[in-house]
Amino acid sequence: MDLLLQQLLTGVASASGLFLVASGLTIIFGVTRIVNFAHGSLYMLGAYLAVSLIDLFGGGHLGFWGGVILAMLAVGLIGALFEITVLRRIYQAPELFQLLATFGLVLVVQDVTLLIWGPQDLLGPRAPGLTGATQIFGLRVPVYDLFLIAFAPLVLLVLWLLFNRTRWGILIRAATQDQQMVTALGVNQKWLFTGVFFLGAALAGLGGAIQLPKGDANLHMDLQLIAAVFVVVVVGGMGSILGAYLAALLISLIRVLLITNAQLTFGGIAAWQMELVSMFLVMALVLIARPWGLLGRREVASDQRSGTPEPRLRPADATLRIAGGLLLVVLLGLPWIVGSYFLSVATEALIFVLFAASLQFLMGVGGIISFGHAAYFGLGAYGVGLAVRHWGMSMEVALLAAPLLAGVGALVFGWFCVRLSGVYLAMLTLAFAQIAWSIAFQWIDLTGGDNGIIGIWPPDWASSVTNFYYLAGAICVIGLLCLRHLAFSPFGYTLRAGRDSPLRADALGIDVRQHRWFAFVLAGVFAGIAGGLFAYLKGSVSPETLSISLSIDALVMVLLGGVQTLTGPIFGGALYSVLKNELISLTNYWRSILGLIIVLLVVLFPQGLAGAAESLRGRLGTSR
Amino acid sequence: MSRVLEVRGLAKAFGGVRAVRGVDLDLQAGEMLALIGPNGAGKSTCFNLINGQLQPDNGSVRFLGRDVVGLPPRRIWRLGVGRTFQVAATFASMSARENVQMAFLSHHRRLRRLVGYAGDAYKQEACDLLERVEMRALADRAAGVLAYGDVKRLELAMALAHGPRLLLMDEPTAGMAPQERRSLMTLTSEIVRKEGIAVLFTEHDMDAVFSHADRIAVLDRGEKIADGRPEEVRRDSRVQASYLGSFGAQS
Ligand SMILES: Nc1ncnc2c1ncn2[C@@H]1O[C@H](COP(=O)(O)OP(=O)(O)OP(=O)(O)O)[C@@H](O)[C@H]1O
Ligand SMILES: [Mg+2]
Repeated sequence: MDLLLQQLLTGVASASGLFLVASGLTIIFGVTRIVNFAHGSLYMLGAYLAVSLIDLFGGGHLGFWGGVILAMLAVGLIGALFEITVLRRIYQAPELFQLLATFGLVLVVQDVTLLIWGPQDLLGPRAPGLTGATQIFGLRVPVYDLFLIAFAPLVLLVLWLLFNRTRWGILIRAATQDQQMVTALGVNQKWLFTGVFFLGAALAGLGGAIQLPKGDANLHMDLQLIAAVFVVVVVGGMGSILGAYLAALLISLIRVLLITNAQLTFGGIAAWQMELVSMFLVMALVLIARPWGLLGRREVASDQRSGTPEPRLRPADATLRIAGGLLLVVLLGLPWIVGSYFLSVATEALIFVLFAASLQFLMGVGGIISFGHAAYFGLGAYGVGLAVRHWGMSMEVALLAAPLLAGVGALVFGWFCVRLSGVYLAMLTLAFAQIAWSIAFQWIDLTGGDNGIIGIWPPDWASSVTNFYYLAGAICVIGLLCLRHLAFSPFGYTLRAGRDSPLRADALGIDVRQHRWFAFVLAGVFAGIAGGLFAYLKGSVSPETLSISLSIDALVMVLLGGVQTLTGPIFGGALYSVLKNELISLTNYWRSILGLIIVLLVVLFPQGLAGAAESLRGRLGTSR
Repeated sequence: MSRVLEVRGLAKAFGGVRAVRGVDLDLQAGEMLALIGPNGAGKSTCFNLINGQLQPDNGSVRFLGRDVVGLPPRRIWRLGVGRTFQVAATFASMSARENVQMAFLSHHRRLRRLVGYAGDAYKQEACDLLERVEMRALADRAAGVLAYGDVKRLELAMALAHGPRLLLMDEPTAGMAPQERRSLMTLTSEIVRKEGIAVLFTEHDMDAVFSHADRIAVLDRGEKIADGRPEEVRRDSRVQASYLGSFGAQS
C-alpha cells in the first residue's frame, strides 16, 4: 500500500513537466491551429539554457530561480521570433506545410544545441532549499517531488486566471472561436498570435528548466518528449488546458506504475517493456471512445472544402510516356555510367521513391494525411529482419514477409485511424508509428532493441551492388507502376470521390470509411516492400526505420513533388534522398542545413514545388 | 398506384431548436410532392432525416414498406433513393462524365476493382444519361468548374443512375435563371413521370412549385400546416397567413 502511494506521488510529480510542455502546445494549437512539432525542441532549449544560466549565476536561490525564469523568457522569445519570421508567412498554407516548417526548426535546434553545448549530457543542478527527502505519512518523499506536485496546479490556476480574468486572455479565447470577429474589433491579430507563441514556448522552456533537478539536459530529449506531449494533448483534447493536465496525470501514472513494477510480467511480456507502448495504447483507446479527447471540443467536419479543388488526373500523354521511357533507359544503363557508391545511393533513392509514392497514394488519392508512414516501412524492414533472424529464411521468401507484416500492421492501425479525421487522425497515425517504434525498441528479445537486427544479406546472385540495384530497381519500378495504375482504377476513383465530397460519396452508396481502410492497407503493403528492400540494402534493421524523422522525410518527399501529382514522388523522393545522402557525407551539421532548406521551401513555395512550377507555367502563358 | 414513401411523426431537434415536429408525408409512384416553407422551416432537415444523414428523435420513415430509420445514407441509396443537395455536392476533381460513371460503378458494385480503368467503365451509359439532362456537351468539363445550373443538372444525372424509385431534390433550381428553371423542372417531370419515380422536392420559386407539383406540403417552423393539391393549398388561410402572403417579398 505504502509502495503504491509512493509510486503515485512519483507519477504525479513527473506529470508536472509533461503538463507544462503540453499546455504550451495545446494553447498554441487552440489559437493558431498549428501543431508545433518543435515544442520538444523548445523544451530542450529551456533545459540547456537553464543549466548554463544557473551555472553562470551560481547555484544559490537567486541564481537557480533567476536562471529558470530567464531560460523560460529566452525560450519564449525564440518561439515568438520563429512565429514572426516563419509561421506568420504560412498561416494560409495547408496545415501540413506549417507542420513541416516546425519540423525544420526541430532539425536546426538539434544542431545548434550540439554546436553550443556539445554532445555530453549535462547533469541538472539541484534546486537550493528543495533537496533531500521528507517524511509524509511515514513515506520518504523527495522534497522536489512535492514542489513539482504543487507547481503544476499552480500553473494551471495562473493560466486559468490569464484566460478568464485578463483582457488579453479573453481576446485570445475570442480568437479561438472566431478570428474574423477579433479582427473586426480592431485587435491586431498578428500580435495576438505572436503573444500566444511566446506564452506557449515559454511554458515549454519552463518545463525543460524545471525538470533539471530530477534529470539532465541531453540531445535526445526533444523527440523523446514530443511524442509523449502529442499523446497528452490529444488525449486531453486539442486546445483544452485542463484536459492536458488530466491526460498528463493519467499517462504519467501508468508509466510510473509500469516502470516501478518492471519485474511483473503479463503473458510473458515484462511491465517495463510496455512502458512506451502503454502510452500510445491509452491514446488509441481514448480516441476510440472519445474521438476529440477527454475535454476537447468536437471538430465540425465541413463538407465544403476550402481552397481550390484537387486537380484532375489525366492518363500519361505522349510527353510523359517518352520521359518515362528515357528515365527507364537511364536507370538500366546506370551501372555503366556511375561507380558502385553512387549506384547504392541510386538504389536507396529508388526505394525511397516507392516509399514516397505509397504515401502519395494515401494522401493525394485517398486524402488521408499520415504523420506516421514510417510505421509500414519499418514493419516491412522488421518483417525481413525477423524472418531472417528467427526462421533463417532466404531473401526470396523473406521479402514476402515485408509486405505481409506491413499490411497486417496497416490493417490493425488503419482500422482505428479511418474512424478519425483532421488533426486527430494525423496524431493517431503518428502514435501508431511510435507504438511500432516502442515495440522494436523495448522488446529486445524479439527485435534486438536499439541494436536492431544485423546480418541481413542478399544471396550470392543478388549480392553485388549492380545486381541488387537491378533487383531493387525492378521491384520499385513495378511497385510504382502498380500505384500509378491504382489511381486510375475504379478503386482509386472511389477514394478520390470520398476525398472530394464524403457527403456525395455517402449519398451514392460509397462506404468511405471502408475504402479508406483498404487504402491504408494497400499503402502499407507498398511501403512495406520498400522497407524490406531497404533492410537488404543496409544489411540490417534498426528502430530508426520506424522513427518520426523517417515519417517526416516521407512527407517532405511527397510535398516536394506535389501531393496531387502522380509523378511527384519520383522527383521528390529521388531529389530528397540523394540530397540528404550528399549532405550527410559533406558535413556533420547536415540536420540544420536540411532543416533550413525545409523551412525555406515552405516559406518560398507554400503550395509545394509542383504548385510553384504550375503557377510559373501559368505565368509564362504556355498552355501545357 | 403504390405507396413509395410513408413518413409518420418525424421529429428532430438541434439543442433547443425543434427543426422538425411530427411531420407526416406520403408519396405515390410517379407523384411529385413539393415541400415548401420559409427559410429555416425544416425542409432540408426533413430530407436529411429521410435519406439517413440525420437520425430522427422520433417518428418512422418507410420506403417501399420498409423501415429505413437507422440505416446510413449509402444503404438507403442502394434501396433506391436518389438525392440532390441544396448546396450541390459533386466530385470536383472529376469530369461530369466521371461523376456519373462513379454512380454507375457504385450501383454495379465495382468500387473495389483494382484493375481496369474507371474512365472506361459505363462510359456509354454515363453519356446517355448526360444527354438526357442536356449536359452531353459538357461531359468532359471538370465538375469543379461547371456553372451552378449545370452542377444541379449533373447532380440530377447522378441521382438517376441507379434507377431510383424516390428522388429527393433540395432546391433543384436555386441560383438559376427563370428560363433555365423552367426547362429543368419540365425535364425532371418528364423523366420522373415516364419512369414512375416519386419526387419530393423543395423550392422557393412558386411558379415551379405550382406548375409542376401534384401535391404541396407546407412546413412552418417544423410543423406541417397544410398538405393537398395546389389549388387547395393556395386557398388555405393558414398558408396564406404564414407563408404565401409574405412570399411576394421573398422572391
Ligand atoms: N446541423 C444542424 N445543427 C443545428 N441546427 C440546425 C442544423 N441543421 C439545421 N438546423 C436548424 O434547423 C432549422 C431548420 O433548418 P433547415 O435547413 O431544415 O431549413 P430549410 O427549411 O431547409 O431552410 P432553407 O429554405 O433556408 O434551406 C433551422 O433553424 C436551422 O438553423
Ligand atoms: Mg434547406
